[in-house]
Amino acid sequence: MTATTTRAPRLRDHRRIRLVTALLAVAAVVFALIALGTGDFPLSIPEVVQAMFATDGGFATTIVLEWRLPRVLAALAFGAAMGVAGAIFQSLTRNPLGSPDIIGFSTGSYTGALIVITLVGDAYLSTAVGALLGGLATAFVVYLLAYRRGVQGFRLIIVGIAVTAMLHGLNTWMLLKAETEVAMTASIWGAGSLGLIGWQQAVPAFIALAVLVPFVIILSGPMRQLEIGDDAAKAHGVRVEPARLALLVVGVALTAVVTASTGPIAFVALAAPQIAHRLTRSAGLPLVGSALTGAVLLLVADFVAQHLLPNAVPVGLVTIVSGGVYLIALLIHEARKRL
Amino acid sequence: MTDSTRLRVDDVTLAYDNRVISSGLTVDIPDRSFTVIVGPNACGKSTLLRSLSRLLKPQQGRVLLDGKAIGAMKPKDVARTIGLLPQTSVAPDGITVVDLVSRGRYPHQGMIRQWTSADESAVVDAMRATDVAELASRAVDELSGGQRQRVWAAMALAQQTPILLLDEPTTFLDIAHQIELLDLFARLHREGNTIVAVLHDLNHAARYADHLIVMKAGEVVATGAPADIVTAELVEHVFGLPCLIIEDPVSKTPLIVPKGGHWQA
Repeated sequence: MTATTTRAPRLRDHRRIRLVTALLAVAAVVFALIALGTGDFPLSIPEVVQAMFATDGGFATTIVLEWRLPRVLAALAFGAAMGVAGAIFQSLTRNPLGSPDIIGFSTGSYTGALIVITLVGDAYLSTAVGALLGGLATAFVVYLLAYRRGVQGFRLIIVGIAVTAMLHGLNTWMLLKAETEVAMTASIWGAGSLGLIGWQQAVPAFIALAVLVPFVIILSGPMRQLEIGDDAAKAHGVRVEPARLALLVVGVALTAVVTASTGPIAFVALAAPQIAHRLTRSAGLPLVGSALTGAVLLLVADFVAQHLLPNAVPVGLVTIVSGGVYLIALLIHEARKRL
Repeated sequence: MTDSTRLRVDDVTLAYDNRVISSGLTVDIPDRSFTVIVGPNACGKSTLLRSLSRLLKPQQGRVLLDGKAIGAMKPKDVARTIGLLPQTSVAPDGITVVDLVSRGRYPHQGMIRQWTSADESAVVDAMRATDVAELASRAVDELSGGQRQRVWAAMALAQQTPILLLDEPTTFLDIAHQIELLDLFARLHREGNTIVAVLHDLNHAARYADHLIVMKAGEVVATGAPADIVTAELVEHVFGLPCLIIEDPVSKTPLIVPKGGHWQA
């Protein structure tokens, strides 16, 4: 042996992941600034920045901070939450289709909201609570129906799709039975929109999401180990079923908080993790990357919905159309893989 | 070989739901032994290994590590002492060899995980020992079956446990890779580790084990050094296979030669 030892090249090369993550973060900030400057009262990016830090409380400041910022921040935070929820569920089910919008939780939230709107009225808070409870109850039912000595991914997806179909039927029936005005309100909520978000609606949702963040961080380790199979994870000291249940609960909570605030918004949870995975070339689905990708996706979708289409539409319409295209592409890709 | 046992199965009933595989089973794993569990299909050998590795909780009785029930210990504490190469594992999409091997360090890391130089050297050592260091940055899905199995073995080695459990580690490998992998485990055994393996091939078992556990229908039929216990009667009794036992010209261990109906016509 020689006296000098050459240091081995860095074992795990995470440069690409770091670079892509940084670029996504920059993209999120840039799009946010553009969105803050766009509308009936257009502002350039420097003007937006100036308005944000101005202390005189001028008109531009009111527009940026009071009108546009809550919606932009909500798009970022909710998109990030949906990206993380999608990554959690797709990782647990080991399937790119295993996303909360496919396995029924958003539909369940809609059912909960519909029940509340029909019975109590369409106040924002009660609708949100109804959606939250509807989402949680659906997740609970799907989990119970899929449980057999632990929960396996594929069973969860199949049961989830079945439950979604039933809830869709129930939702349609409720809309048909409801009075016209109630049905209208419910339909608008059901389209999924960021249009009603002001500070008053956004802040409680932000707090709820912030509470969930530490749990996501704590559970990210066990989630990585679950990716290599239950047996290996257990052999590494992961309490597999409790970890899986905790991940499900956190994923459902993230989805439910967002859906309660906006109505069901499809596609972001489905696509963000897969896009982030391809961009970063990470092992498994990256949580931070999925969060940033989700944030950018929802922000851009909302921008398209508000400003680029001839008439402003709810963001849910934009995402569901892009989601439909994405889903078909995904199904074709998966089917090819199986052949 | 010492008489002490860190790992023992104490009067356990092992079952999947209501299907009882073994009841009243007691097994000692001698320290620093290369123990191989053999027996016909569905005799409960993998089930026994699963209970040793905490994958299957006994319905009755306890699995003891240093006198304590492993079911009552912290999972990560157990995972720093007992490693496992599972029969089935899945590699996440696009994971590289070094990333996968690194996951074996999980039991050594805290909640806010930090990658230490001890982790780094454990991973490097494990990849060198299994001869996959050159593949470090390759994607696991691109590898051949033999390479992949060595990568999984590297992950189990990176866990750096004094006791290593192997569930049919040589299945799906060609003969050369089988021998290569078994040689690796034999070296780990010489270096002071306790190895417990479930193997299908009786001759491999007789060659590499210094302690053999022979099972049939959920019960242990014989235990001891291969040279002491492997007889034509035992093989016929356990596997229903008429055979001759000769001395392996290389290893001087018992070599099982099946008679087979085809040659007796």
